[in-house]
Amino acid sequence: MVSYLIFLLVVGGIYALLAQSLCLAWGVTGLVNLGLAGFFAIGAYASATLTKWGGVPVPLGLVAALVAGAVAGFVVCVSTLRLRDDYLAIVTLGFAEAVRVIASNEIWLTGGTDGISGIPAGMPRDWGQRFHIISLVIVTILLGLVWLALRRLVASPWGRALRAVREDQIVAAVAGKRVTRLKAEAFAIACAIAALAGALYGHYTSYIAPEIFQPLITIYVFLAVTAGGNGRPTGAAIGAYILIAFLEATRFAAEIVPGVSAVQAAALREASVGIALILLLRFRQRGLFPELNQKAPA
Amino acid sequence: MIEALLQALINGVIAGTILAVPALGFTAIFAVLNYPNFAIGALATVGAYAGWVGNTVFGLPMLGALPLAFGVAGLAGLAVQSLAVKPLEASGALMMAIASLAAGLVLENILRFGFGNDLRGFELPLLRDWRIGEFRIGPQQLENFGLALACMALLWAFLRFSRTGRAMRAVADNRDLALLRGVDPVRVALVTVIVGAGLAGMGGMLVGLDTSVDPLTGTRLVLSIFAAAVLGGLGSIPGAVAGAIAIGMAEELSVIVFNPAYRLVVGFVVILIVLTLRPAGLFGTRAS
Repeated sequence: MVSYLIFLLVVGGIYALLAQSLCLAWGVTGLVNLGLAGFFAIGAYASATLTKWGGVPVPLGLVAALVAGAVAGFVVCVSTLRLRDDYLAIVTLGFAEAVRVIASNEIWLTGGTDGISGIPAGMPRDWGQRFHIISLVIVTILLGLVWLALRRLVASPWGRALRAVREDQIVAAVAGKRVTRLKAEAFAIACAIAALAGALYGHYTSYIAPEIFQPLITIYVFLAVTAGGNGRPTGAAIGAYILIAFLEATRFAAEIVPGVSAVQAAALREASVGIALILLLRFRQRGLFPELNQKAPA
Repeated sequence: MIEALLQALINGVIAGTILAVPALGFTAIFAVLNYPNFAIGALATVGAYAGWVGNTVFGLPMLGALPLAFGVAGLAGLAVQSLAVKPLEASGALMMAIASLAAGLVLENILRFGFGNDLRGFELPLLRDWRIGEFRIGPQQLENFGLALACMALLWAFLRFSRTGRAMRAVADNRDLALLRGVDPVRVALVTVIVGAGLAGMGGMLVGLDTSVDPLTGTRLVLSIFAAAVLGGLGSIPGAVAGAIAIGMAEELSVIVFNPAYRLVVGFVVILIVLTLRPAGLFGTRAS
């Protein structure tokens, strides 16, 4: 039971990192990243391949994941930033699919659909409980650092400029803000955070494969961020832990529904995620921890 | 080599014409309601299942199953619009897009709950491919091609000759001017959603006829649909058709050169290139 809880807290921390990423891109800057699962995968593969086959130590793998995520984020967003915001949504959605196809087929690099197993964790896995506790501490500390940094960034003049871009690009541009550059910076940083989450996931579970990085993960994170409050790093992080609790609750709930097959139970769980997101968007769009400052009237 | 190329082009034109049907639905909804409807893949799947039930349970021929796919997907699209998307109109296009993505997930899982993950096939007579010189064309492939052309002809006639169709084009062209001329925006939006989702449903069924029907039949099409719409210019009706045929050909040609699995990536690459070089697409006018 204790190990189960620790496991959930580690996974919750990883989702909280993804939520920090979406908070910065979507909540603060207004850039919808529907390819979050793809950036999560990029980080996981970057760190896993380097540490397993390149013999690089795990901390350097994490740094490589951050860099890979930022570069991928920049490449994906750069062609759409001057366009209507929905173009970025379309491109990122396609990006996540493309990453999955490439990961499934470039077998020399990614192991194909078999994935990569035995990813080093930087410490012995046979430590049992201790391994999981240390992982929890590391993930939570990294989450805390990202959270602190994001809070500072959001409160800084840079963060204010991002929110100005979100509310009205033209006004921000007239005020002398370099809109395209601001958006690219925010999106690349956000993607780096998502990639860091992916790297941690790989090192913790020791196994990654294309099927893990389903588009569903992206919807999970949207649900987490909407539940917590998409404009505040604190809200996004807490939303992620609520998400994990919700997912586990639906797992048990689906098991006790009578006369339902395993496929049907899984379908019920996924549908409940979609329904929860629709309801939250409609009735509680600003989440548990709404942004504090006054929004300008639309 | 030349034969393989020509064969790929023939297949590409046929696949592209079928792809044009859901791409028209996506672009029509974008043109009139001004947001990208990410439920389009799930709506195509709804149509595929509706057509499959019509064919295998009620014994309908394809010409009878196709309107069923249109109707059921149209109603599902209406439900998505009124339950999930419309309440968020005040929050902007992005919120509506996210809500439609969530609604698509719900639709997909309703189908999974009802039908499971198994692949379903239409009851079709087995026919030998026709050979014309070096080339092969399946009679079923040709029938699907014809059905897709018929869908498009009907849509064209609807947009060209009916009052509602003209109102739709007017709203898509210039919303304020259309409202000024007394076009009822609520009604036009309603009709557009039903027609757009219905087209997606018919497209899903046509693709299901060619391959098989499962809860992800439509989802697998999504990238190609987006690519077709973006290449043609988001919101442009003739653009969606031209874009779809171009994407169909590009996907078939890519198989000759690259690993067939990368067919799925063609759409993404085309989207990136178009948005970098000519964001308005072939026929579009408004991108920024």
